[in-house]
Amino acid sequence: MAESLVFIIVSLIKSVVLVSLIMVSVMIGVYLERRILGFIQLRYGPNRCGPYGILQSVADGIKLFCKQDITLPVTEKTIYILAPLIAGVTALFPFVAIPFADKIAPDTITLFGKVFDLTKYSLNRGVIADLPGGVLFILAVSSLSVYGVLLAGWSSDNKYSFLGAMRVASQMLSYELFLGISIMGVLMITGSIRMTEIVEAQKHMWFVVYQPLGFILYMIAGFAEACRTPFDLIECENELGSGFNTEYSSMKFALFYLAEYIHIITISAIAVTLFLGGWQGPWLPSGIWFIIKVACLFIFFIWVRGTYPRVRFDQLMSVGWKYLFPIAMANLIATGICVLFL
Amino acid sequence: MNVYYIPVLLYLLLIVVMMGSILFISSLVGKKPLTDIQKIPYECGLDPAGPKEAYVPIKFYVIAMLFIVFDIEVVFFYPWLIVYKDLGIVGFIEMVIFFTVLLIGLFYVIKKGALKWE
Repeated sequence: MAESLVFIIVSLIKSVVLVSLIMVSVMIGVYLERRILGFIQLRYGPNRCGPYGILQSVADGIKLFCKQDITLPVTEKTIYILAPLIAGVTALFPFVAIPFADKIAPDTITLFGKVFDLTKYSLNRGVIADLPGGVLFILAVSSLSVYGVLLAGWSSDNKYSFLGAMRVASQMLSYELFLGISIMGVLMITGSIRMTEIVEAQKHMWFVVYQPLGFILYMIAGFAEACRTPFDLIECENELGSGFNTEYSSMKFALFYLAEYIHIITISAIAVTLFLGGWQGPWLPSGIWFIIKVACLFIFFIWVRGTYPRVRFDQLMSVGWKYLFPIAMANLIATGICVLFL
Repeated sequence: MNVYYIPVLLYLLLIVVMMGSILFISSLVGKKPLTDIQKIPYECGLDPAGPKEAYVPIKFYVIAMLFIVFDIEVVFFYPWLIVYKDLGIVGFIEMVIFFTVLLIGLFYVIKKGALKWE
């Protein structure tokens, strides 16, 4: 009884710490994006709130909280209200299985004169749930995020929102396929789909060295999954107004915004775990290495946004199905030959 | 039940409560009556024209069907990947045959013009 209580409390503490870290990093990420885009486009970006404008995200948050909360008289009111909730929750959910640090607690703790073993079920490690089928779980859960967007666009009784939602559904579905295939090379080398084992298998060499093509394909698919430039067709403002979130305001809109940035962080975190050695690195503590690597990939996302124009929808679809799908397959077969004969 | 999934449920509960309370608090803080002009769908300041429901090209449904077909086939790979090193050359050849069938299917789809957007 006491043991399960410790289990629940430790997991809850880890969850709270992780969620607050993600929230803070989203705030920093929004600020960084505006600042770096300003730098790329030869303008200032936010520089009024606090030193160098670092309090801009806080100010935006407070502003969004106090805005008028518009609930339109739509046909499906429940879905209209629940859609931002679904978007936020499904964006945060995959993080439960991503290992973000090695050991964050001692092996045993003593409470009220009793010794509890924390090594059981990986309680002392930096992962909330060390699932045996971690990769499958993450793929399954992250594909749920299409629901939030699709339901939002469909329920807001607006033609442009609906078109944006249809686009995002077909885009995310198509690119999910390549995302799944592009990480298969890594799973083949490791022979495991448990996230912690994949990280530990990269002790001597990162998998990006063995799987360069797989990494590139994963990043392309990741850009499409997170709906970022050059694939941000859901909020193509010259065609669709603002896409699926046109009819949302206040915190409902903010949750979609939040979900978009959490999505980028999730894609980066999965890339770091599968290809870039996870939390491993010399000298610094493991959690710090994880944050540094994720931050680098996040800045890469921003850099691409500041550099590339948006693609057309038919280009997006034909590139995905006609080129990326066969290339990912060929990559998998080549990996198979290498694993077998080398 | 697998013990590993208890933290998953706790985490899910935590984030649902958090997101729900954010929405609830903001609906309390920002409650103001709607004006008439706010009630109509936003179409760049113009009055909404045409029927309420948008017509959607059939292509989107084709993509969704293709996704179901290919994604189910891709899911078959995962068990194969895990035991790949034990299967050896036999497993490899069998999977190459499976790949070929899959690629022939993709080829057929492309030739039929299912992915053509005009």
